[in-house]
Amino acid sequence: MKRLVLLTLFISAAAAAFCAAQAQAPSADSILDRVDKNAVPGNKIIIAEMTIHSRRDSRTVKSKSWVQGQEKAFTEYLDPPREKGTKMLKLADQLWTYSPDTDRTISISGHMLRQSVMGSDLSYEDMMEDRKLRSAYEAKVAGEEAVDGRGCWIIEMTSKTGEAAYQSRKSWVDKERFIVLKEERYAKSGKLLKDVAVTSVIRVGERWVAERAVFRDALKQGGGTEFKVVSIEFDTAIPEALFSKASLRK
Amino acid sequence: MIRFLFKGLLRDRSRSLFPFVVITAGVFLTVALHGYIQGVMLNLIRSSANLRYGHVEVMTRAYAKDVAQLPNELALTGVGALAAELKAAHPDIDWLARIDFGGLLDVPDDKGETRIQAPAAGLAVDLFSPGSPEPGLLDLAKIIVRGRLPRAAGEILISDDLARKLGLPIGGKATLIGTTMNGSLSMANFTVAGTIRFGVTAMDKTGLIADLADVRRALDMEDAAGAVLGLFRDGRYTQERADAVERAFQAAHAGRTADFDPVMQTLREQPGMAMMFDRMSDVTSVILFIFVLAMSLVMWNAGLVGTLRRYGEFGVRLAIGEDKGRVYRSLIAESLIIGVLGSIAGTALGLALSYFLQVHGIDMHALLKSVNMVIQTVIRSKITPAAFYIGFIPGLFASLIGTAIAGRAVYKRQTARLFKELES
Repeated sequence: MKRLVLLTLFISAAAAAFCAAQAQAPSADSILDRVDKNAVPGNKIIIAEMTIHSRRDSRTVKSKSWVQGQEKAFTEYLDPPREKGTKMLKLADQLWTYSPDTDRTISISGHMLRQSVMGSDLSYEDMMEDRKLRSAYEAKVAGEEAVDGRGCWIIEMTSKTGEAAYQSRKSWVDKERFIVLKEERYAKSGKLLKDVAVTSVIRVGERWVAERAVFRDALKQGGGTEFKVVSIEFDTAIPEALFSKASLRK
Repeated sequence: MIRFLFKGLLRDRSRSLFPFVVITAGVFLTVALHGYIQGVMLNLIRSSANLRYGHVEVMTRAYAKDVAQLPNELALTGVGALAAELKAAHPDIDWLARIDFGGLLDVPDDKGETRIQAPAAGLAVDLFSPGSPEPGLLDLAKIIVRGRLPRAAGEILISDDLARKLGLPIGGKATLIGTTMNGSLSMANFTVAGTIRFGVTAMDKTGLIADLADVRRALDMEDAAGAVLGLFRDGRYTQERADAVERAFQAAHAGRTADFDPVMQTLREQPGMAMMFDRMSDVTSVILFIFVLAMSLVMWNAGLVGTLRRYGEFGVRLAIGEDKGRVYRSLIAESLIIGVLGSIAGTALGLALSYFLQVHGIDMHALLKSVNMVIQTVIRSKITPAAFYIGFIPGLFASLIGTAIAGRAVYKRQTARLFKELES
């Protein structure tokens, strides 16, 4: 009898602790709100390097991007010499690329969006993703897990409309900094398409920024693409004229 | 005796003309079908070798595993040195670097904006080096529909159907949007020098031929190639020759098994080719066997009928005292003469048609527009040594056997009943 009472007390205590923990966990939507708030800035100018580890060798591509909110971005490639002068313009759901060798501006659409950017593990579709996670995905908190020693919420997301580049995602969100430290992106079939691992986070002003990350296309056999932020400025004035097709040829 | 029989055959056409015509027609069909089947086989091998695989092909091990995807990121590098090594080892073979590539052909409007785009499947070959065999291997001069062959860098040939679809005139500009060896998006401007019709339906929808150096620049593939093709200079492919070249190459590169090390494959080892070779050989044999058998039965029957028609004549000849054996031998000799003459005539006619088809061919392009397979739309025959004797099997031997069997009736005739039979 004594044992039965003890067991009942133990189960009750465990249930109470679980309920308390659940009550303390923020909702998935509120976590994603915080993630979006941190990740989607007003204006930013970023110089970045992508080191692409293909099956054969590795090479580094350097670019400078001017970003205004979610819908406007202008990128110019600085290095290597073959890519130097190549520019890309994103306006809402449209993307153009300019090649100085041909002096042609081409719209990238349809199946071309799935092509790799400069041979990296990132696709143009990845670059086009501008909607906030909160508005594009139905999310739920699936648990907690430590990533590189930091406590994270595991958020499982499913596309609301089916129009997102990935049908579902599983993200590990830093509990304190509200930045995604690890992510897996899946196809409708459930097949893993891409994974991202953030290896370094820095604080710039009020924001946490993923300074280094490794993207890996699960369908490729290379060693992934290392993305490194060389410099980043937030809320810098960007001339509106930059976000026009005419500026691609300048 | 022969002269006597020959005169008889010429003067009495009722007993010679019908068998002669039947044998000639049968032999003609046999020889023509044999030539056609050989032509189809050789065309398949030739077009597969010239357009796609070569008689032997060198590529990286990784490229060979995914060859259907044309993965240029897995292409051979250091091609200049490799080709020099191969030329030194096998001077009787043309070693040709090629790049198969895909992309979009983008045609600009007056403002330089995209007017229209279409998918293109390109083949990069050495068009400009002095003595390059590529224009000849691809029959470029023959397949030009409009315009001319490229003469300068940046000029390309595109399929006539694709040019019409895109509204691209000769001299028109288009941008090829493709993928570099590193996987980057690439753009390169080209000028259409001429339009071509490959005679291969799938290629006629999207085909494009450009100079190797231009495509190397466009796809960032300096000193690289999807594959190095080896084609025997005399054009004769035999498995033994190809195997010997392959063995020598594998021996020279023994122990090199990394993804980007080169590997050689013979035409037969290419995807689907072994099955094609075996099936074609089997199907050819079966078709020819059935056809020769059918024609033999027809000839045999002709021999039987021809003999039976002369039942009365033999009766008279026996009645006036001609020896049965002599009648039978004359019958066989006549059959032999008609068989030889019919076989010669039929073989000559069959060879004439085969030769015409071998040289000129028949273009079935209009009938095969909707077919999406890599098949030759120009039907050609090929005369092989067998074509000179295959018609004699049904034409001579079958009719001779038919006559010999039917002729046995001569020995069954009873002299005592001959007049009674003749009266009736």
